[in-house]
Amino acid sequence: MASGNELPTMEEHIAHHLTNLTFGYHPETGLGFAMTSSEAAEMGFWAIHVDSMLWSIGLGILFILSFRVAARHATAGVPGGWQNFVEWIMDFVDENVRGSFKHKNDMVAPLALTIFVWVFLLNLMDLVPVDLIPYLAYLAGIPYMKIVPTTDVNVTVGLALGVFILIIYYSLKIKGPVGFIKELTGIPFQTSITVIKPIFWVINFVLETINLIAKPVSLALRLFGNLYAAEMIFILIGVMYSAGLVLGLVGGVLHVGWAIFHILVVPLQAFIFMVLTVVYIDMAYSEDH
Amino acid sequence: MNINLTIIGQLLAFSVFVWFTMRFVWPPLSDALETRRRKIAEGLAAAERGQNEQRLAEERAKEVIKQAKQQAAEIIAAAQKRSNDMVEESKTTAREEGERIKEAAHADIEQEVNRAREQLRKQLAKLVVQGAEQILAKEIDAKVHGDLLKNLAKRL
Repeated sequence: MASGNELPTMEEHIAHHLTNLTFGYHPETGLGFAMTSSEAAEMGFWAIHVDSMLWSIGLGILFILSFRVAARHATAGVPGGWQNFVEWIMDFVDENVRGSFKHKNDMVAPLALTIFVWVFLLNLMDLVPVDLIPYLAYLAGIPYMKIVPTTDVNVTVGLALGVFILIIYYSLKIKGPVGFIKELTGIPFQTSITVIKPIFWVINFVLETINLIAKPVSLALRLFGNLYAAEMIFILIGVMYSAGLVLGLVGGVLHVGWAIFHILVVPLQAFIFMVLTVVYIDMAYSEDH
Repeated sequence: MNINLTIIGQLLAFSVFVWFTMRFVWPPLSDALETRRRKIAEGLAAAERGQNEQRLAEERAKEVIKQAKQQAAEIIAAAQKRSNDMVEESKTTAREEGERIKEAAHADIEQEVNRAREQLRKQLAKLVVQGAEQILAKEIDAKVHGDLLKNLAKRL
């Protein structure tokens, strides 16, 4: 947005869409919002993406409050419309949890429900026309506004980190520290020769640690990658609107097509995140791989 | 694409949402579903029990009807036997009564006959005596010859 009164170039336009509203301490301008993407980068780790936080927390609150309404009026008799809808989602989640998680745990099903609905809502923001809200925000004097939190890698990593902490917690709880270390060092290579054992332990430990860390990383990057790519295509289609009538019409058709395809991607990615979380926690519970 | 505090913020928000769902959303709904499931199961079981009871009742009713029919047949048979007996008995009584009346009549008749015979005998004896009186006129002692004639009359 450095070009003043002129229309932004395509590169600037895209870069604008890919920059979060960042609040933090800049070494030169001090505490405040970053006005350019380079400023945002210079703020380093001790900055926060205000747009990601607001949209994700807002949608999360929408989720828990609307579901809480159904829960408070829950009746064993004939359910009302909203309760019926919530029960339908719950049944769907519960069925999947029962399918992949065979142990007794009161947290896994609510966790799966939270992930599924929340991530679904976060992904759903991608269907809002890509320029609409950022433009309104721009008119209101807000330099950047990314409304799809799952296109922010911090958000997906934050979620995956939560899952990772649970994996570690349940591994330690179920198997004990010794059991967990045994699992990390005992497989996949095994030998009966005493001298070689420590070498195998080291190799196993490296492999299993990578295996363990790959779980949250793949969770975070799969979700982020899918949504980021989709968002990018929406942005590129959006650029076509400003390139004349013919390209604009083509862009319109493409936009509709991509949005329809996206209807599939939005719940699918939420579903994958949920199922993999349940499977990973189930693996943390089970003694053998 | 900066990695920053947002990660921690998301982690906290995520934890709070999961905690809230676990505490306030899932259990009431799960309970409601479970209660409804149990209610439906109970309803189905009750319906099945009802059907079972109906079948039993029907069987029992059939049994009772069969017994009643059998009893009715027995009663009818007994009544018939009884009426036959009564007819037979009354016949016998009537026959005996008739017999007795007949005998009484016979006795009466015999008595009448005897009496008539006695009278006849007396009249005859009188007639014979009168006749003889007339024939023999006054020579015959009525007293002596009366005894003779009485003996004769007795032999008749």
